Amino acid sequence: MSVTLNRIGLPRDAYKGAATTLCAGCGHNSITNHMIKALYELGVEPHRLAKMSGIGCSSKTPAYFVETAHGFNGVHGRMPALTTGAHLANRELLMLGVSGDGDTASIGLGQFMHMIRRNIDCTYIIEDNGTYGLTKGQFSATADLGSVQKKGAVNTFQPIDPCAVALTLGCSFVARSFSGDGKQVVPLIKAALAHRGTAIIDIISPCVTFNDHDGSTKSYSWVKDHEESIADVSFIPFFEEVQVDYEPGTIRDVELHDGSHILLKKLGEDHDPSDRRAAMRVIEEGRAAGHLVTGLLYLDTEMKDFATTEHIPVRPLKDLGEAELRMSKEQFAHFMSEFA
Amino acid sequence: MTQDIINDLTIQAATVNGSGSQTANLVLTRAIFHMGIPVAPKNVFPSNIEGLPTWYQLRVTPEGHMARSDKVDILIAFNVATWHQDLKTVRPGGVVIHEEAFSTAAAPTDVNYYPVPFSKLAKSKIQNDTLRKQLANMIYVGVVAGLLGIPWEALEHGVKRQFLSKPKAVQVNLDAIKVGFDYWQDNFSKKDAYRLEPMTGAVEGKVLVEGNQAAALGALMGGVTVVAWYPITPSSSVCENLIAYSERFRVDPATGARLISVVQAEDELAAVGMAIGAGWAGARSMTSTSGPGISLMAEFAGLGYYAEVPVVIFDIQRIGPSTGLPTRTSQADIGFAYTLSHGDTKHIVLLPGTVEECYELGRDAFDYADRFQTPVFVLSDLDLGMNLWMTPEFKYPDKPFDRGKVLSKADLDRLAGEWGRYADVDGDGITYRTLPGTDHPAAGYFTRGSGHDEHARYTENADAYARNMDRLTRKLETARHELPAPILDESSKSSIGLIAFGSTHAAVLEARGTLAAAGRPVDYLRLRALPLSDEVTAFVSRHEKVYVVEQNRDGQVYDLIRLALPAELVGRLRSIRHYNGQPIPAVAISDPLLQMEAVPV
Repeated sequence: MSVTLNRIGLPRDAYKGAATTLCAGCGHNSITNHMIKALYELGVEPHRLAKMSGIGCSSKTPAYFVETAHGFNGVHGRMPALTTGAHLANRELLMLGVSGDGDTASIGLGQFMHMIRRNIDCTYIIEDNGTYGLTKGQFSATADLGSVQKKGAVNTFQPIDPCAVALTLGCSFVARSFSGDGKQVVPLIKAALAHRGTAIIDIISPCVTFNDHDGSTKSYSWVKDHEESIADVSFIPFFEEVQVDYEPGTIRDVELHDGSHILLKKLGEDHDPSDRRAAMRVIEEGRAAGHLVTGLLYLDTEMKDFATTEHIPVRPLKDLGEAELRMSKEQFAHFMSEFA
Repeated sequence: MTQDIINDLTIQAATVNGSGSQTANLVLTRAIFHMGIPVAPKNVFPSNIEGLPTWYQLRVTPEGHMARSDKVDILIAFNVATWHQDLKTVRPGGVVIHEEAFSTAAAPTDVNYYPVPFSKLAKSKIQNDTLRKQLANMIYVGVVAGLLGIPWEALEHGVKRQFLSKPKAVQVNLDAIKVGFDYWQDNFSKKDAYRLEPMTGAVEGKVLVEGNQAAALGALMGGVTVVAWYPITPSSSVCENLIAYSERFRVDPATGARLISVVQAEDELAAVGMAIGAGWAGARSMTSTSGPGISLMAEFAGLGYYAEVPVVIFDIQRIGPSTGLPTRTSQADIGFAYTLSHGDTKHIVLLPGTVEECYELGRDAFDYADRFQTPVFVLSDLDLGMNLWMTPEFKYPDKPFDRGKVLSKADLDRLAGEWGRYADVDGDGITYRTLPGTDHPAAGYFTRGSGHDEHARYTENADAYARNMDRLTRKLETARHELPAPILDESSKSSIGLIAFGSTHAAVLEARGTLAAAGRPVDYLRLRALPLSDEVTAFVSRHEKVYVVEQNRDGQVYDLIRLALPAELVGRLRSIRHYNGQPIPAVAISDPLLQMEAVPV
């Protein structure tokens, strides 16, 4: 039996991780598989990947893919800070953060927002199920107004929409998807990894144990019935040629930083992903109509990421030694004399 | 006329915050220092941008005492709001230079008054409208120069030095000083005993440095490359200085690339988180904060300890609890910082006692963090950090970075990939780590703040948990023997010992003279790190009584030492505490000590 290898000669199994300890049927497990597929097909070198997370069910998942890569399961809501620091220490790392709705929209909302503001080069995946799974079913801040808890309690608060928040902050890559929609999630993850800047993907990921019942707007059946994709997404990596036959005017083709392309095929109303206000309108109109709008909502390939703005060299700061980091003896002596 | 008092006096300038008085005070300080006379300035300022009272104390002694004095010889009264209160601080025979308009109706009669019409002089003699308010302060520099006999050449030096980056400002400031100097010459004859005379042999080779400048230089020379911080008094100037130094020494002139990344974070949680993320990825990283920030960093400090990530945390202490007195000094974070975070957490704490040590320990902290793979706290304070201190020039580092136990690709090849992130192969509790980006299939591991075994795998196994915690104890025990040892001075051959640390050092040096003169000489151990060195117990065992002096209410280090001592030695300890936010003066040590020794003060 022959094993198919990717462009760097690794089999798909090289991108697997430890066995999941999440519930059977958890949306997060699907996302893990989408990630494995995306990383394998992109041919990401495992040693260049840094898997970052906070605390919660979602944050456990970096253990379940690319076992040979470094990972950091930090503290609750603080993944953005750890990711920022690690990225600045070594710009050669491909930063992939996995967070949840509690991690992102409650305890870590501040860090989420400030990371976007800085446009730190990383992929930030929110595995969004509207509930606190590990602590057994409390509402999270992304739960929709009026959605019902398993035991009947009704959410009386307005939800925080991570995509809307990201858009208002000028996030350079904003997408939403559904864990059950691998056809959409995989190219979005690839595009996010190719993008230089903070790429947010809010993936609705049903919690089969605590939030998959009638009255929940984060259940499999609700999302299946209400998902409205704004465009078919496909991704052409930089190492492949763009060869698509399409009618003129039906496809948008955006080139990413590394030479990859994201192709968006119009489904209904044409959405221009470079129009931030249009992205906000699409979200708002979808909400008003009771739909979950998915797809690439916004993309700005011109915005400079933090490290570029700050003139941080691509050569990792962690590798610099005394010769580069210490002033010379002569400089030091002169510097001291300035204090006389 | 009484005998002249030469080069031994304390000037206190009582002014209004935000009025530019600090520049005048620094010019005066630099001018006197330029005469070869040791200076010890203390800036007592409010948590305020403009309008509240502020005081600047400039102590001058031929011996070079660096501690604050609680006696004022020369008061410069520039602030009507504190005028009556300020008068009470002047010792009999002292001098009061004051705004002529201030009422002297109820003023004491045993001091010498020199009323000066500062406002009128500023209006009539200073032509520069925009700078008049600031330059008015310079007038008192001129009056003091006249009073004490500071040569014009020293004043010129002081102004030029103060305005190194603004040479255009030199002349207008000198002109303002001249106004005061002339007013003194034209209107007063000397009634008091205070004089300054040029000295030799006391300040040669010495410079004036703030502890936060020294710490920033230490960090720079220690090789920091990722800095994340959130502004807070009194630590902000650590990172501000570091940014300034980096602009000079860390920008590649060829490419413009910055060989350091500084992030002003959204809060202290993010600041320390970024520093820990960078430390994990292999950069030398730091944050700098003060008490309230330390409180916020507690969660991440525990992660750093348990996941074993190097990071350096500067804590420039101020008075708490809570917001406390944000611009007053303290040593009250030490107990908290030592065990910062929940669970059984314990940290390495470095305790610089001089600005030179702010530089040296600030630099070496990065070696300790890498070597022991753990957060290292550098505990300075507002007094040390924000005041200028006379110090010998710092020494260029004589050793390369110690990056600790890091396995490279070649190491992993040699080990055939067999290694465990938390496996104690050397028996010293310090394990090997790999850095993200290491191109070897066995390099990767999963770092977590949850329970883990020797191979960094998640576990809730009871034995694995206890084994790991015991190893962490062993690691800190290794560190304890390698951290900066206490500095001992047992030349007094006394049965009484004194233990102190940090900025208390200056007051101890002076108090030891007082105590010796009073017939109670004391030996001295200056602590420089936690966990406690074995030298502490040995020192206590060699002395019948040991006084622990510190600037906090509860005797936090006194308690730590008591816990470390064998039961039979515990009774030898006494505690002396100073905690009003003012830098500790020598009398705050010598008076209570002599009282406890039943020696009449």
